[in-house]
Amino acid sequence: MSIIPVLLWTDALLFFLVLAIVLAVFYARGKEHLAAPWRQVMRSRMGVASMLVLLIYVCIGVLDSMHYRKALPSQENAGEQHYSAEVLSVLDLLMGPIKDNVETTYSAPFATHAFAREMQQLPDGQQQRIYPRLKYAGIHLDDPQTDRFADIFSRSMMAVLSGFLGLLMFALLLVLWLSKRQSKSFKEMFNLVVRGRTEVPWRVLLLTLGIMFVLLCWCAMLGSKYHILGTDKVGQDVFYLAMKSVRTGLLIGTLTTLVMLPFAILLGIMAGYLRGWVDDVVQYLYTTLSSIPGVLLIAAAVLMLQVYIANHPELFETDAARADLRLLFLCVILGITSWTGLCRMLRGEAMKLREMDYIEAAVAFGVGKSKIITRHILPNVMHIVMIAIVLDFSGLVLAEAVLSYVGVGVDPSMHSWGNMINGARLEMAREPMVWWSLMAAFIFMFILVLAANLFSDAVRDAFDPRLRK
Amino acid sequence: MTVIKHISSWTCLVFVLLLAGCDEKTWNNPYPRDDANKNILYSSFSERPKHLDPIKSYSASEYTFIAQIYEPPLQYHYLKRPYTLVPLTATEMPKPVYFDKAGNPLSLDIPAEQIAYTIYDIHIQPGVKYQPHPAFATNEKGEHLYHELSLSELEKIHILDDFVQTGTRELTAADYVYQIKRLAHPKLHSPIFGIMSDYIVGLKEYGQTLAKAYETLPKQQDVAYLDLQQYPLEGVQVIDRYSYRIKVNGKYPQLLYWLAMPFFAPMPAEADRFYSQSGMAERNISLDWYPVGTGPYMLTVNNPNLRMVLERNPNFHGEAYPTEGMPDDIETGLLEDAGKPLPFVDKVVYNLEKETIPYWNKFLQGYYDTSGISSDSFDQAVKVGEAGEVGLTEEMIEKGIGLSTAVATSSFYMGFNMLDPVTGGYDDRARKLRQAISIAVDYEEYISIFRNGRGIAAQGPIPPGLFGNRQGERGINSYVYDWVNGMPQRKPIDAAKKLLQEAGYAGGVDAETGKPLVLHFDVTGGGPDDKALLEWFRKQFKKLDIQLMLRNTDYNRFREKMRKGSAQIFMWGWNADYPDPENFLFLLHGPNGKVKHHGENAANYDNPEFNRLFEQMKNMDNSPERQIIIDQMVEVVRSDAPWLWGLHPKQFALSHAWYFNSKPNLMAKNSLKYKRIDPILRDEKRKQWNAPVVWPIWLIIIGLLLAILPAVVTYWRKEHQLPHRQARLD
Amino acid sequence: MLAYIIRRVLYALPILMGVNLITFTLFFVVNSPEDMARMQLGAKHVTEEAIDKWKAERGYDKPLLINNQASGIATFTDTIFYDKSVKLFAFEFGSADDGRDIGYDISQRMWPSLAIALPNLILGLLAYITFALLVAFFRGTYMDVGGVILCVVLMSVSGLFYIIGGQYLVGKLLHLVPVSGYDVGLESIKFLILPVLIGVVAGIGSSTRWYRTIFLEEIGKDYVRTARAKGMPELAVLFKHVLKNAMIPILTGVVVILPLLFMGSLITESFFGIPGLGSYTIDAISSQDFAIVRAMVFLGSVLYILGLILTDISYTLVDPRIKLS
Repeated sequence: MSIIPVLLWTDALLFFLVLAIVLAVFYARGKEHLAAPWRQVMRSRMGVASMLVLLIYVCIGVLDSMHYRKALPSQENAGEQHYSAEVLSVLDLLMGPIKDNVETTYSAPFATHAFAREMQQLPDGQQQRIYPRLKYAGIHLDDPQTDRFADIFSRSMMAVLSGFLGLLMFALLLVLWLSKRQSKSFKEMFNLVVRGRTEVPWRVLLLTLGIMFVLLCWCAMLGSKYHILGTDKVGQDVFYLAMKSVRTGLLIGTLTTLVMLPFAILLGIMAGYLRGWVDDVVQYLYTTLSSIPGVLLIAAAVLMLQVYIANHPELFETDAARADLRLLFLCVILGITSWTGLCRMLRGEAMKLREMDYIEAAVAFGVGKSKIITRHILPNVMHIVMIAIVLDFSGLVLAEAVLSYVGVGVDPSMHSWGNMINGARLEMAREPMVWWSLMAAFIFMFILVLAANLFSDAVRDAFDPRLRK
Repeated sequence: MTVIKHISSWTCLVFVLLLAGCDEKTWNNPYPRDDANKNILYSSFSERPKHLDPIKSYSASEYTFIAQIYEPPLQYHYLKRPYTLVPLTATEMPKPVYFDKAGNPLSLDIPAEQIAYTIYDIHIQPGVKYQPHPAFATNEKGEHLYHELSLSELEKIHILDDFVQTGTRELTAADYVYQIKRLAHPKLHSPIFGIMSDYIVGLKEYGQTLAKAYETLPKQQDVAYLDLQQYPLEGVQVIDRYSYRIKVNGKYPQLLYWLAMPFFAPMPAEADRFYSQSGMAERNISLDWYPVGTGPYMLTVNNPNLRMVLERNPNFHGEAYPTEGMPDDIETGLLEDAGKPLPFVDKVVYNLEKETIPYWNKFLQGYYDTSGISSDSFDQAVKVGEAGEVGLTEEMIEKGIGLSTAVATSSFYMGFNMLDPVTGGYDDRARKLRQAISIAVDYEEYISIFRNGRGIAAQGPIPPGLFGNRQGERGINSYVYDWVNGMPQRKPIDAAKKLLQEAGYAGGVDAETGKPLVLHFDVTGGGPDDKALLEWFRKQFKKLDIQLMLRNTDYNRFREKMRKGSAQIFMWGWNADYPDPENFLFLLHGPNGKVKHHGENAANYDNPEFNRLFEQMKNMDNSPERQIIIDQMVEVVRSDAPWLWGLHPKQFALSHAWYFNSKPNLMAKNSLKYKRIDPILRDEKRKQWNAPVVWPIWLIIIGLLLAILPAVVTYWRKEHQLPHRQARLD
Repeated sequence: MLAYIIRRVLYALPILMGVNLITFTLFFVVNSPEDMARMQLGAKHVTEEAIDKWKAERGYDKPLLINNQASGIATFTDTIFYDKSVKLFAFEFGSADDGRDIGYDISQRMWPSLAIALPNLILGLLAYITFALLVAFFRGTYMDVGGVILCVVLMSVSGLFYIIGGQYLVGKLLHLVPVSGYDVGLESIKFLILPVLIGVVAGIGSSTRWYRTIFLEEIGKDYVRTARAKGMPELAVLFKHVLKNAMIPILTGVVVILPLLFMGSLITESFFGIPGLGSYTIDAISSQDFAIVRAMVFLGSVLYILGLILTDISYTLVDPRIKLS
């Protein structure tokens, strides 16, 4: 079956971002003043562990951003090939059975029977309300009552074992590589890593990786046989939904910053360095924008976009494209409401730098204003930008949840933690309570935000000149 | 004094938090403690009522209040089903008298075409009095005290209670006439003015007369009192002090249903005069804010930011609890109060409750007497049993919670825009496509998932309980259902696939062009449940390999699309104004089309055969002949399938053991007067259910102490080690 | 000083104009006056005439921004924008689309908002400062590491979970306070305990971390070392010197948000059924009541600017070296 790749706006931006980061890493490797703080980040245990977790999230996000559409089975009289309107991603492909095993409605994590009773016709013709077996979860069991725990246990053990094996393999390869690189014997290197005496905390890294391996194996082995986080109202696997939400969370956290960054940097530095009317205009701009309550601005902007989409249905071939534009727009508007803080900080910093000797010297030598800004001021405020990016990230991920909750967040058809929480508030009132959607969103979001917060701490310690020792 | 009491009670509570074990039983009581044993009913409202003026008000949330205050001449019998009209302030049911063009009376069985106009004479009871209100306050000479207030006199007035004097007056027929005239008032925009001016003789012209008259009035700060008594209206006239006459064009039996709605409640001219003074509107003193009625209750607190309170009207004329009902009403105890004077409850407190979960929790704790039935969003939150059947869980039964259900006289349907090139049209291709989709979208599953079983899949446009609806095998929609084992059963999906193939879309692909069939579902989304809902619909269409695209917009844009006819598939609902099949079938009447005629026919369905039958059926009295015509009409629309008939919501009300006489009546909005509570039992149960659980507080305190312990140790170590280290450093 | 304040107030005028223009544009790009009329008139049986009448009565039948029909200055003054904006500057909010007086509603709803925000702020400050001081005192020990990690963990939980969880646990399971609602006077206390508590707990993470940084910065300064060298006990150093000096950045940070407390909190208020200004704004957005939205945005901007001015003044008060210019 042939496929056609689909590149959504946010996909393109995400790939661009990843590419930019990779390029930046290569560029920074050569420059000592850039590489040094990053090396410090790499030396902190929290730093590497959280970076690894973030990397895994990014991988999920990138996999979920490789979109494609399947071709429809061709007709005899069809001249051209037509494609399904459903946009899939590589992640969907990888999670195949988990995505496709859709039950009728709620089921609890690891359940083999539905959560609610249903009217069923018994073989003898009588009707009775029973808990029906699920269509997909646990169908390999003959008698779920007795076999389920043993089955889950043995599968879990298998998962842990294979996870460990994977880790062991990886660890051996790593030590081999390290020993080659640092020209030490394998045994020597092994001891160093195990005791945590290496410069980069490989031991922590391996431990984190080990946990990830085990989790991955566990999800893979049990996910195809059970719904490990239950199913939602229409029977979709909650684990799948939470995984799909990763991309949304990541995009909101990163694209928003990406969108606002050029404005904040340019206007902030210009205001601080050039002063005069430019300063007045920029100050006016950000005071005005920041004095409008954010939620209102976002609500109005999102509604405005909906009007646009409603008036131009021909522009959107798929629902995904529609939801994607809304996501992008949400990022833009969040960027507009959040750039003022950074802009103000940069303005202050540029004002300070302006008085520095070397800038005054450069002015005396007749260096042009634009050159001073790009050559001298910009590099010297980059640490502030860096810190702002990582600090904002977690806040934005959390903001998405609140906005979706208020009803002005991402498209309701889009997978996001905010939408999951939003749906879960009605589930909380059920008797007995349906808690797993809320919990899944909570755990996935918590881990991401926690990792981002820890990482931002490490980055700040490394970059902030006041904290640098 | 009370302040001191409050302070002491609160210091007590703080102590309790520390010591655990005070005499106060319930800490989570949201109401003043002194009210615990009073005959007060607790309920809620989720958004502030926009209009309390009966001429403007047209929504269920507003009727919650004004239907208890205003009394139109007729009302629905509380217990009888099907819904039956009975007199309220009228002495008897008004009888129509038909006339031909020449003004000769006709016999009752004359065909509708020959009737030129109909006259209803309505006689009301003498001795009915209005609630105490400053608009009626008079001095010894009988002059109204507050009808010519100067701005300086208004200085001290902020709310209606600031007027010291009140008065009352007997209800007269002129008050009813006055209200009907208000339908045409140029400043009021009554929502039913359009409809009524088609029927009430001379009302349309009357609107123009009033508009002109209003223009010429001298205005003080843009307000003026237009005395409607000076302008006669041909169609509505006072006969004597207790009778008035309504004259309608042609035959219009539905008028009687309208006479049970607050639009036709009495309005004393004094009140209009009183509220029309300049300076009143700025103080929120208006009919939209402070109703004046003859009903069992009057609105005493109107703070829509917090609460609204209805209290017993001291001047209420008295009414007795109905003595007859349905056969099983005796069993369920609904007739135990038969013949007792109404109302039972002294005071009703409506609290603002925006979120549904807190409401539900408070209901379970006994702080609301009934789980409201009017709000749709609340229905979603209420999950009675894990099973989704309309039954109670053991926990509920243990609490003594009772349940009553009723199928609502409303319809939630999914419509196809008949003007659309793909889904619309009356040829075989489009019809079969629609029929196929009708089979594929499994409304039984929808009801079980999204409404917790609270609804029944519709077989046609007319909900059960209304004349014209047929039950059993004759009532099923044979295009979607088969009759199996005495029950309707949805046709298998293969039948739908076959229909789709016949329509030329085999396998979801257009056989002519080879393009996949993509349909567009126009929705307004954003609610917590919507994501799941949309996924579900997508799943349903996927059964036929039809790809469903969602066009999600805000509500305004959605309505605009509907007005312009650019929507393709949509969801819509209709709540009956009155229990007559006409009120549902007109939703499919061609000349009522949304795009062309700005009517309520959202699907823009226009079938000449149906239209002809509709005109014929419209004004008939309920009779076997009418049933036959309705059957024909229903058959026509089932075959055309402009709607997936969707569902009729089943409303249910949960109520506590201390709440009596609860029977859902979807037509009677004034049912508050029948309700009775047992406050003693309520207080007992509340205490029993809400004993505070204090041990976690202890746990937290112990936890904090434990956390301090290592801190102290660290501190001690630090203080003792510091000198050593410093010494070494030296 | 006075001249400075006057100048700042004058400077605020163009900002408020800008805010007004942005709100106006955003709102009317999304809603046409016709939409508003339909919203107010209800769903059933609405005729075109009724809509036109509604618009004419409320002055929505004029052009939005520029009136091409009129001449001279009236091109700009005979518009909806001019009509609806000018009065705002005199704090005359007019009446909402459903006829209620907005000024009255704001004056009523302000108090519940404050009743949550003020205790939240004061208790929060107390708790955060105590906690941050403790953490700073034990800097470098495992208590410090533990405290910081706890902060990060608390920070990483979405505010929604605190509300949902708190209401479920304290209100539903433990029966300690009413689940939601509000009342006037002292009766209100029992309704306020839970939202205030949740507000304080939700803020612990970020605030404590921030205050800890401030304290650590102060501790690193020379005067602290001098004090310690004089043999002052560590606790006394912390409370006498560090706390006193760190209060400057903390308090100036508080002053900025002080006026905005009036605006209330959107989510807490709607969840706990508290009739404050936050829920007022949200309701207005959802019911598309432009008059209220505009009034609230205007009020918000005024208070925000007020906060900025107050901050500047408070800087000069705590640090005489700073001069306002």
